[in-house]
Amino acid sequence: MSDPNPVSGSPDKEPATEAELTATSKADRGATMTSPKQPAPGPRPTLGRLFLDNLWAANTVTVTVLALVLAMLVGAVLIIVSDPEVLATYGYITARPADALNASWTVVSEAYANLFKGAVFDPEASGFTAALSPISETLTYTAPLVFTGLSVALAFRGGLFNIGAQGQATMGVILAAVAGFALPLPPVVHLVVALIAGAVGGAVWGFVPGILKARTGAHEVINTIMLNYVAVYFLSWIIVQNGVQNPDRADAISRPVDSSAALPRLLGDNLRVHAGILLAVLATWAIAWLLNRSTLGFELRAVGANPDAARTAGISVTKTYVLVMVIAGMLAGLGGSQMVLGSTANALTPLVIAQIGFDGILVALLGRVKPWGVLLAALLFGALQAGGNRMQSYSGISLELVTVLQALIVIFIAAPALVKAIFQLRAARAARLQTSLAKGW
Amino acid sequence: MEPGEIHALLGENGAGKSTLMNVLYGLYQPDGGEILVDGQPLRLKGPSDAIRAGIGMVHQHFMLVPVFTVTENIMLGAEQVRGGIVGFLDRRRARREVAEVSARYNLRVDPDAVIEDLPVGIQQRVEIVKALTRDVDLLILDEPTAVLTPQETEELLTVMRSLKAAGKSIVFITHKLGEVKAIADRITVIRRGRTVGTASPEASRDELAALMVGRNVRLTVDKQPATPGRPMLEVAGLVVDDDRQIRAVDGIDLTVRAGEVLGVAGVQGNGQTELIEAIMGLRPTLAGTVTLDGEPIHGWSTKKVLRAGVGYVPEDRSVDGLVKEFSVAENLVLDIYDRPPFGKGLALRPDAIAASAKERIAQFDVRTSSADAAVGTLSGGNQQKVIVARELSRPLKLFIAAQPTRGVDVGSIEFIHSRVIRERDVGTAVMVVSSELDEVIGLADRIAVMYRGRIIGIVGPDTPREEIGLLMAGITPDAAGSAPAGDPTGVADGTTGDAAPTPESPGNEDEA
Repeated sequence: MSDPNPVSGSPDKEPATEAELTATSKADRGATMTSPKQPAPGPRPTLGRLFLDNLWAANTVTVTVLALVLAMLVGAVLIIVSDPEVLATYGYITARPADALNASWTVVSEAYANLFKGAVFDPEASGFTAALSPISETLTYTAPLVFTGLSVALAFRGGLFNIGAQGQATMGVILAAVAGFALPLPPVVHLVVALIAGAVGGAVWGFVPGILKARTGAHEVINTIMLNYVAVYFLSWIIVQNGVQNPDRADAISRPVDSSAALPRLLGDNLRVHAGILLAVLATWAIAWLLNRSTLGFELRAVGANPDAARTAGISVTKTYVLVMVIAGMLAGLGGSQMVLGSTANALTPLVIAQIGFDGILVALLGRVKPWGVLLAALLFGALQAGGNRMQSYSGISLELVTVLQALIVIFIAAPALVKAIFQLRAARAARLQTSLAKGW
Repeated sequence: MEPGEIHALLGENGAGKSTLMNVLYGLYQPDGGEILVDGQPLRLKGPSDAIRAGIGMVHQHFMLVPVFTVTENIMLGAEQVRGGIVGFLDRRRARREVAEVSARYNLRVDPDAVIEDLPVGIQQRVEIVKALTRDVDLLILDEPTAVLTPQETEELLTVMRSLKAAGKSIVFITHKLGEVKAIADRITVIRRGRTVGTASPEASRDELAALMVGRNVRLTVDKQPATPGRPMLEVAGLVVDDDRQIRAVDGIDLTVRAGEVLGVAGVQGNGQTELIEAIMGLRPTLAGTVTLDGEPIHGWSTKKVLRAGVGYVPEDRSVDGLVKEFSVAENLVLDIYDRPPFGKGLALRPDAIAASAKERIAQFDVRTSSADAAVGTLSGGNQQKVIVARELSRPLKLFIAAQPTRGVDVGSIEFIHSRVIRERDVGTAVMVVSSELDEVIGLADRIAVMYRGRIIGIVGPDTPREEIGLLMAGITPDAAGSAPAGDPTGVADGTTGDAAPTPESPGNEDEA
């Protein structure tokens, strides 16, 4: 029952097929279920051993953490390779290996230390504002990603691959900004109206591929991708129109959003964190409730898992598809709105929403398409973004490396078999993950 | 099997014909017994072994790549290459081979035609040519005529004769009696996985049908005589197309009364599925009316039909009946999740769902580790019980069960059958569609036999099996007299349900 050599001697060293994985996972589950019942036979496993066994039994948390570790290792190699000075020390590594190792260690540890200081906490910082600044930055980047991540995750649970969060967020930001500077409204009302406008913009952009899918069967992946282009170029066009473009500026930038429509800052004017993060937590809770505790969520999950059975049970698959895309678009639209109503910017520019829509796909996958998982994943991505900024300015490491890190993390997460092969994890529940990520096509 | 012989394998759906042939072709491994080729025992690890042993197979569903040409499809799996390691495909040689084979056996195919442009009959010919290019001596044709038009069937029979003349042996799997009689040299009848008899083609259709459906194996279901009430479901002139826009239900009239079980028998693919789906609002009706308790329901959404008091056990439980990733509890409310007490407004009531699930699991004897276990982890019989429990746990006017016990163990079959009868006894109209004749006979108070989208006859449950078997094969009592070699005295007055036993039955019993 207690595997004496769980790490290196496990028979499933190289999990080859999914069938094998599930088979072993079943065996493992059986093992864990029966092990407490028969404690006596053979040498009793120590508490530490049990803990280790459970840790190595690849659960999702372990895989996620190990994926992070792997990504950082590969990132470290990239940091070393991209630094010419460090690379030079490798030229005489046989003569003086310590030089190369020291230089590598210094540059890598400094980079990751800056990543941490920029994202979580800087021990050298003095004063309230400076100490909270990293967290504030992280949360600022997190908030919109939660929305786009939820957008993708919700659609995914409904059996749709929403690649269009970028376009939906773009339409959201346009409407939110226009409502923000064109409507003369009192403070709180103005903000609410601007947010609703953003949600409506995204919802419309989600409705189009939804209705096309439901009525004609047109694949949502293609349509959402195409609508991304439409939205992005529509943004570029509308910025330079009369009444939208900032009259004081010659470049492509819109009039600024009125302060009455801005999301209030939470920790004073010097810290950028704004009420968007509260909205994000609220949205996460709402989507979690919607998915698990509501009739609509039941329909949505049934359609996502087996549309035939859902149809036979009287659930309207077409209606559900449309509704899923509308809600997903609404979420992405709200995420986009924060890019002008929050503290990141207060006017439309062609790149105002950056990559939040596409990052949302990664966030959703990283969060295992579960609402609270999405929140945590968005937090990680926000932290990487905030830390990356500091890494760039203090260590001179380009922000692109952070993007590479994000990509590597997702690749390792999406391929749990790879992580397990590398760390020789005992196959467990993570086997199911593969299928959950591979669906939708 | 003799060389140059056409051996027909006859049997009902699920009798084990295809399984046997898949074993011969090396797709399945035998659990016991052995296969002899030229007196040598043969162990097949896969189709390539079978091909090497000279066995070729044409599957019921063609194994062709639609976008490839005929030549490319034929070379697939045995690609001729030249140029050593570079491995250029030797298309020219393959093409020559195709031309040669099709000339030798008089199988006309265009080597350069793309498969998806070819009619089904020609595609099948490509499959045969493909098998022949592998130098097979024994060719297995698995229900080759199921997808063919009568003309194409005629051509296929000609092809088979020319192959026979060339010394090839053919195993011909079918359940169409006419073709068997037209072509076979020897006939083996299989039922429930056993050989129940061999016959010569001179045997009459009635004899063959009797052998095919068997007798005395009736699964008994304890029940009182039905007390039919008012008509609950009335279908009139219903016309429905299948997914390929081909007429599947062609003008059906039937009535199911409260408190009776109407069994719908028929070889699969004769429109039963489409008939039910049309009643359930899952498939558009092109013409005709469906009336439930006096109210026309055609054109209603599935949800509305279900709400009107129709319970439905779909034919394919894993596709249409259950969401495998969902828990048992969730599947038990799959079509009533938004009704009190399970849902109120937008909110679900997890407590009510769990409580009801516990009750149903006990009531219907569903063997599961817990109500929260994913339904996909249950055995087939228990999965089916979940569906039956779901559908029977609300007040019904009409209960439709399609293949309610397919792939279900014997214990669950009995349980499900007793539940169906209990539902009848409380006054629900019940419609059972099954390709298992035993099941239909055991459950039904009246049996409607479907053939090619029509109801070819409605008979009582005491009708001899042979007669129902003939109806399933499309032979009506009136037509039986004119059917070639059919015994005119074989069946009479079939529709009234009191047919005399067929004269040949003693002889059949000996064979069986």
